[in-house]
Formats: sequence, C-alpha cells, structure tokens
Amino acid sequence: MTDVLVVDDLDVTFALHDSEVKAVSDLDFSLAQGETLAVVGESGSGKSQAFLSIMGLLARNGKASGRAMMGDVNLIGLPPNELDRYRGKDIAMIFQDPMTSLNPTLKVKTQLAEVLVRHQGYDNEKANRAVVEMLERVGIPEPVKRANAYPHELSGGMRQRVMIAMALLCRPKILIADEPTTALDVTVQAQMLDLFKTLTHDFGTAMVLITHDLGVVAGIADRMMVMYGGRCVEKGPTDTLFYDPRHPYTLGLLHSTPHVAKRARRLDPIQGLPPSLEHLPRGCAFHPRCAFRFERCFEERPPLLPVEAVREKACWYQGELKYGEVA
Amino acid sequence: MLDRTEDLLRIENLSKSFSISAGLFAKPLQLRALQDINFTVKRGETLGIVGESGCGKSTLGRCILQLLTPDEGRVLWLGQDISKLPAEEMRKKRRDLQIIFQDPLASLNPRMTVGEIIADPLRTLMPEIDARGRRERVLKTMEAVGLLPEMINRYPHEFSGGQAQRIGIARALISEPKLIVCDEPVSALDVSIQAQILNLLSDLKDQFGLTLIFISHNLSVVRHVSDRILVLYLGRVVELADGDDIYGDPRHPYTRALLTAVPIPDPKRARQRTIDGLVGEIPSPINQPSGCTFRTRCRYAQLRCAEVRPPLENLPGERLVACIRWQELDLKPGA
Repeated sequence: MTDVLVVDDLDVTFALHDSEVKAVSDLDFSLAQGETLAVVGESGSGKSQAFLSIMGLLARNGKASGRAMMGDVNLIGLPPNELDRYRGKDIAMIFQDPMTSLNPTLKVKTQLAEVLVRHQGYDNEKANRAVVEMLERVGIPEPVKRANAYPHELSGGMRQRVMIAMALLCRPKILIADEPTTALDVTVQAQMLDLFKTLTHDFGTAMVLITHDLGVVAGIADRMMVMYGGRCVEKGPTDTLFYDPRHPYTLGLLHSTPHVAKRARRLDPIQGLPPSLEHLPRGCAFHPRCAFRFERCFEERPPLLPVEAVREKACWYQGELKYGEVA
Repeated sequence: MLDRTEDLLRIENLSKSFSISAGLFAKPLQLRALQDINFTVKRGETLGIVGESGCGKSTLGRCILQLLTPDEGRVLWLGQDISKLPAEEMRKKRRDLQIIFQDPLASLNPRMTVGEIIADPLRTLMPEIDARGRRERVLKTMEAVGLLPEMINRYPHEFSGGQAQRIGIARALISEPKLIVCDEPVSALDVSIQAQILNLLSDLKDQFGLTLIFISHNLSVVRHVSDRILVLYLGRVVELADGDDIYGDPRHPYTRALLTAVPIPDPKRARQRTIDGLVGEIPSPINQPSGCTFRTRCRYAQLRCAEVRPPLENLPGERLVACIRWQELDLKPGA
C-alpha cells in the first residue's frame, strides 16, 4: 500500500503570555491509502492539535514544525494560499459540531457547490448536480429539497451528513474526522459510522478518526495510535492493541471503558488526572498515574520503539501487563 | 440487608407538556415531553433511564424532584404524593431527594468556595446545624467523595471536570438523602475519569444505602450501574426490565435497536454483529406519529401499529413493555 500521508517529527507549540506550551511532541506516523487510523486520547493529549496543524488550522498563537508529507508536498509551514490548493480537495476535515462548521447564512447547495467550482472548475449547474448526487449518496432523503435548505432547517444527524458530503465532494485521498459522532445519539452514530465505512471504501479515502471512544475505534479502525501528554505512547493494529495492549495507558483506557454486553462489578480506572501540558511530569508523562512504574520512569522519558513486528510503544516496563482480565 | 421490595418512589400517570410559541398571534404548540409515565423505584436499587436526546429523560428527573411541576399524575414518595405539596413542605422533603448534574462546572457557583458550595444545602434544609457542625459534615463528606480537606477554601474554576463532579456529588450527599437523581453525571468527563466517578457512585451507594436514578444516553454506562432499566421513547415508557433482561432478552424493537447501535469496545465482536438499521431520526415531540410513536422507525411495524397506541403491558418477571407484537417477535441479540 502506498502511504498517502507521512508525518515526521511533528511538534506543535503554543505561545502563552510569558511561556510556551508544547501540545504535540515528536509525532511520527504514516497513513496508507484507504486505511482507517484511529487517534485515541483524552482531553489535552494533543490528538486534535496534531491534525489541526496538518490542516493549517492552528490558533494564531500556535506554531507547528516538522513534516507532514502528502506526496512531495510538506503541508507543515505551507502558506494558506498554497494550502488551499490541497485543502478540501486532497485532504478534508470534519468536526464534532456540524452547526459551527456550516455557514448559517448560505443554502446547503451554495456552500457545497463552491467546493467543486473552486477545486474542480465545475460550472454552477454541473456543481449543483454533483452536490445533489453526493447528498443522496450520504443518505439524505429528498436531496433536492435539502440542497435548497439552510443548515438550521436540518436535524443534527442531517447536518453531519451534509458535512460528510462536503468533505467527500472531491473524493479526497485523506479525510480527517475529529470526534465526528460524539454529539450524536447512538442510533444516528451507528448510521454515521456505517456511512464512513462505506464511503471511504468506495472512494479509496484514507481516514483519520480522532476519538476518545474505544467502542467507536473497535468498530471501524484498522490501526490505532494512542496519545498521552502530546506524544504517541503506543500504536499498532487495532486488534493487537485491544487484545494485547503493552502500554499501561492503553490498558488503563480499555479497563475504564464500560462494555454493554458485560456487567462488571467495578471498572479499573486509571488513578489521578490527565496532566496539564504546562506542567508535564518529568520522565514518562504517564508515570504519576501508572501502576507499573519504577525508578527509571521518574527520570527518563521512554522513546517510542518497535516491539515485535507490528507495533511501537513508549514505555520502560517490559514485563507482563496484568491486573485482571482485559475485555 | 436492605428491604429491596419496598417502593421508595412511585410515579403514576405522570405527564408534562411545554408550550412553544408559534408566533405572536398563533396558538402555542404543545410539546408533549412526558406522557402517562408509570414506574416504581425500589429502596436500594439503581434505576437506569435511557433514551435518545429529546426523549424526556431529563424532564422526568426534574419532575421527580419537583423542579418541574407535572401537568398530570402523581409522584409518590414513601406513599405520599409530593407533586401537590406546598413549597415549604416540599423543602423539607428535599433533604431526602437530591440531584447531580451533567456539567459539573456549570452547576457550581463560581463565587463560592468548595466548602460553601457543599455546605449550602445544609443552610436551607437543615438550619438546626450550627457553623461548626456544618464544617464537620463538609469535611466528612469531602473525604467520602475523595476530596482533600485543604481544598475546602478553593474555588470551582481551580478544579478539573472530574474533581468538580466530586464537589457536585458531595453537595448532593451532605443532607444524607435517600434518593439521588444522577442526570448524565459522567457524560462530560474523560474516559479514565468517568470510570473513577462511576466507581465512586457505586461505593457511596453501598456506604450510605442510597437509591439512585441514573439518567444517561450512554447504554454501556447505564448497563454498568443499573439494577433495572427504563427505556423512554418520545416521552413514553417503551420497556422496563431487569438490566440483564434488557440486554440479553429485549422485548421492544426500540430497545433492541438501541442495543445493537451501542459501540462495543471489542474489535472482533464489533465486526461480527449486525446493527439494526434504524431508519431516520426521532420524530418531533410536537407532531407525534399516531398509534405507536416508534412505528415510523421500526422495522417490525405493521399497519395496525398506526392505529392503536400500544398499552404498557405487564410481563412475567416484573417487566413492562409497550409493543403490540411483543409476543410474536424474537428480539434476542443475534436473532
């Protein structure tokens, strides 16, 4: 498989009044054509900022360095007018709240057609036809009528479908979805995940799914990357990480997630709180909450190293991770 | 052992509507949030209430606590109807009935210290306790919920979401209530913190002999904490049963649809299972379908479902279900 995105040494820093905060550090990963990569982590893990930086969408006080190669193009540090040649065309992003991503003053059709006019050079009529087709494709009933509606006239699930339609109009190589189903009800969420699966498969689009929900990951991702304190702590195939996690944080997340088919008496949560990026612990950022820590973890930060053929982890502890049965 | 057969709370024929303005001169529209709700809560149990957004689950929680006044029906607390009590009488009952909200930071007064927030219910509900007694109780309660004594003079904004929720729990706990309504108490929290709070609630329940009503849209969470589960759809009870029965042997098509849609954190199982394609979205509660309100999305719906409103029937094993086809359908997971 060819890689459609190769990220190397990605750092994201935010300037505060008199200091700097590093939101993402030394991130390396690649995304193969057509695959789905889940990026998992809690608030402040850097999972969203990493991809906002790749899209050139960091807040004004944010700065990214490193490489995010899409073919021969490094997206990091590209000026906005050059980025616009790729954004929406080769790489698209969907956010959690569709209402804030859609322009409330424009009809659905107007904002979607603009993408095609701009990137594909379609005339208005051709663009409008393609928009209606795509709305139908994402499962919107009465697509002609909905194309003429304003965003507020649609339900939440419908709006999210419009966002998906907009992102996929140019059949991008890469789709980044940041918590795309978090605000939706379970039944609508299931429809939406199904839609992602079908469409990315049909279009050969590679997807990055940023989420905190391991249930969503299990149903859709080929590979996953777990982030903590701005760094990747473990990555590998989804099944491998679910059934045989090697990083204590991955294990902790799995144990913290309730399972609808089983009723355990208690969950095994991770102790303590996620760290503030301004005051990351020395050594391994996870050590204050880790059940397996030892002296070395307090002082030295573990590098992300390959374990076996398929996975990498950043942890000094090499013994067996066991404090109960993993789901 | 607690006597778990005693009904602490009984809800009878409860209905609640809201008037929605349809314009200056138009007749207001009626949003029927809850219709003809009947159920009981037994002492010492955790009753989970699930449903999608707009199904009325939070309105129900608020009607139970009389934060909203039901239009019809009765709320029997230990046999006494509290829905028609004068305000002063109701205030005395509030000692026993407390609530925890979803957004912990938004539900705490930013100008009060943690100690003041937690002590606040005591001032109004148990004025006989003096300042010293209040402080003692505050410290004891803080310890019970896992807050350190030195946090007593700090302000809510200094706390993370998980700790703020502990403050909210302490505030609900301090008057030594018998029942706590937990309205989406962990939905705004990170996964690892969510698990800590769920464990805390379960410990507190055992320690203080609490009865909990646990409202959530997250079925995995509800499953984890609840003894019995009530499923709401468009303001009506569609099913009520023991947690194991709801999950292992659902009798209402909506319950089954919800279950098959829940993400499972297990890749192999997630790949194997089929999701009940629930068509469309929840209809507007202003303009509800005739007959069974779920029929517009139900894959088992027949013509007669549009004609009759399915009664909430008593099934063997203390279950309730509102579906005219429950006897003929096999809705077990995997079926």
